[in-house]
Amino acid sequence: MKTTFLDFEQPVAELENKIEQLRFVQDGSALDISEEISQLQKKSQSLTKDIYAKLTPWQISQVSRHPQRPYTLDYILSLFTDFEELHGDRAYADDAAIVGGLARFNGQSVMVIGQQKGRDTRERQYRNFGMPRPEGYRKAMRLMRLAEKFGIPILTFIDTPGAYPGVGAEERGQSEAIGKNLYVMAELRVPIVCTVIGEGGSGGALAIAVGDVLLMLQYATYSVISPEGCASILWKSASKAADAAETLGITANRLKTLGLIDKIIAEPPGGAHRDYQAMMQNLKKAMQDALKQVQSQPLDQLLQARFNRLMGYGKFKETEL
Amino acid sequence: MSWFQKLLPPKIKRRELGDEGKKNVPEGLWHKCPSCQTVLYHSDLEKNLSVCPKCNHHHRITARTRLDWLLDGEGRFEIGAEVQPLDTLKFKDSRKYGERLTAAQTDTGESDALVVMQGSVHTIPLVVAVFEFNFMGGSMGSVVGERFVRGVQLATEQKIPFVCFAASGGARMQEGLLSLMQMAKTCAALTQLSAERLPFISVLTDPTMGGVSASFAFMGDVVIAEPGALIGFAGARVIQQTVRETLPEGFQRAEFLLEHGALDMIVDRREMRKQLATLITLLTKQAAVAEIEAA
Repeated sequence: MKTTFLDFEQPVAELENKIEQLRFVQDGSALDISEEISQLQKKSQSLTKDIYAKLTPWQISQVSRHPQRPYTLDYILSLFTDFEELHGDRAYADDAAIVGGLARFNGQSVMVIGQQKGRDTRERQYRNFGMPRPEGYRKAMRLMRLAEKFGIPILTFIDTPGAYPGVGAEERGQSEAIGKNLYVMAELRVPIVCTVIGEGGSGGALAIAVGDVLLMLQYATYSVISPEGCASILWKSASKAADAAETLGITANRLKTLGLIDKIIAEPPGGAHRDYQAMMQNLKKAMQDALKQVQSQPLDQLLQARFNRLMGYGKFKETEL
Repeated sequence: MSWFQKLLPPKIKRRELGDEGKKNVPEGLWHKCPSCQTVLYHSDLEKNLSVCPKCNHHHRITARTRLDWLLDGEGRFEIGAEVQPLDTLKFKDSRKYGERLTAAQTDTGESDALVVMQGSVHTIPLVVAVFEFNFMGGSMGSVVGERFVRGVQLATEQKIPFVCFAASGGARMQEGLLSLMQMAKTCAALTQLSAERLPFISVLTDPTMGGVSASFAFMGDVVIAEPGALIGFAGARVIQQTVRETLPEGFQRAEFLLEHGALDMIVDRREMRKQLATLITLLTKQAAVAEIEAA
């Protein structure tokens, strides 16, 4: 697969192009230039590292939406066995923007649920660009209740621009569907481990992100509103998205400092899309640890801790009146 | 000012000013209903709880006005007023968040967008939370979330119902993800109230949108709306940009939601006290309101 380079990666893109050309030359000649190629490759790698060492929040936001970034099903199919996808909300439809089902993680039964984006135009449309409708959230809820009934822990993957803003979605109660999930996940009697793998787009992301542990990939974002949306409201211009991204505090680093996420999962140099295998291994390790930690606690204690953590969200001051 | 305008006698100048001229009418005496254009005496409108006597349009009212009209005169006290906003992110767009807060505080006389009180309605004790829409669009940040939770906690401890009147544009962007988390926090608090089998009645007033609509607003044991209130997840502009078609008549209005099964009922503001009291007595298996009041 040919890597798609983002604007700020252009120097890397040029180098990679050169390497490609040299390889082509190499194939047709007796002259050995492999030494040169490997040196250029090293240069490309260190250049990538340099660029990624100082990404701005807006650039990170672009990496989090990279078209080649691993999506929920990539993780599910690689890290789980016996995946049995379960469909539908039993009331209206099956929403392809959320996938979910039973699976094994290290042999253990789990319920996996995540938003799913599409790779090509057709699939993007089918997945509605990863923007769930109420039936998607209700399917997620149904699967969570099923997991609760059988005492199966839940693993969720968050990757959505947001819940779908459409007429039908409003008519069928988008608000209620999201609110209900927040409410139920607060008291669901099984461990829940959530991971933001790409875009954590506002309420549509949060609706499957309430749990005992919140993990976040290094170049994922999680925000109350998209930088573009925020810019067009507060600056009256979407071109200020970079400023909005900066001030909103949407990156894993910033959110860790604010105490809103538990752990940052390192991505390979150049982002998750540059090395699927390495990313899978890092995520597997982190989820294994998280699952072990939540499963080692008695359930009532776990639920109390979840509740306390939810009550602890927010920063304010208290003044004597 | 052009040379021509300078030449004009003052009377003609004034006529030219148009819009500014209108402002010369003493403010607060008359009010034009934005729905039916009827010009009303302000005092008449207020006597009618800011509901237009001609067309029934429910005007937006401040949080304290609502509490004043809703609660019995005796035994009210405020909850969570000690919780005050902070600019944790040092958020700055065209204006600093800190400055916006100060401006909103000066304009409204409130310290943030939620006022919570314990009191009673028709002698039935309860905790009521009311959003102040004039305070940064009633947006929900850390203070709103915390005051809401303190209200719910007090209701849980006192074993009395909790009622919330929502009026909000959604989560407060200036607090970033902290405000998004208030959606989860408010919902979680309600699970405790529910565990004690205490009613939560959610009243949606104009407007209830975004992160407030998509969290506790629809988690009420009974969900009520005021007539004509705008209620929804996404704003009409965003939806129009996404679907590129004209929105149906009355879209996202209370009546539209009732028709689509999202609400239990629409209640006229002038009937709200009685309706709330009746619903609470029914849910908690108490005697009828009239009997309680007579006792």
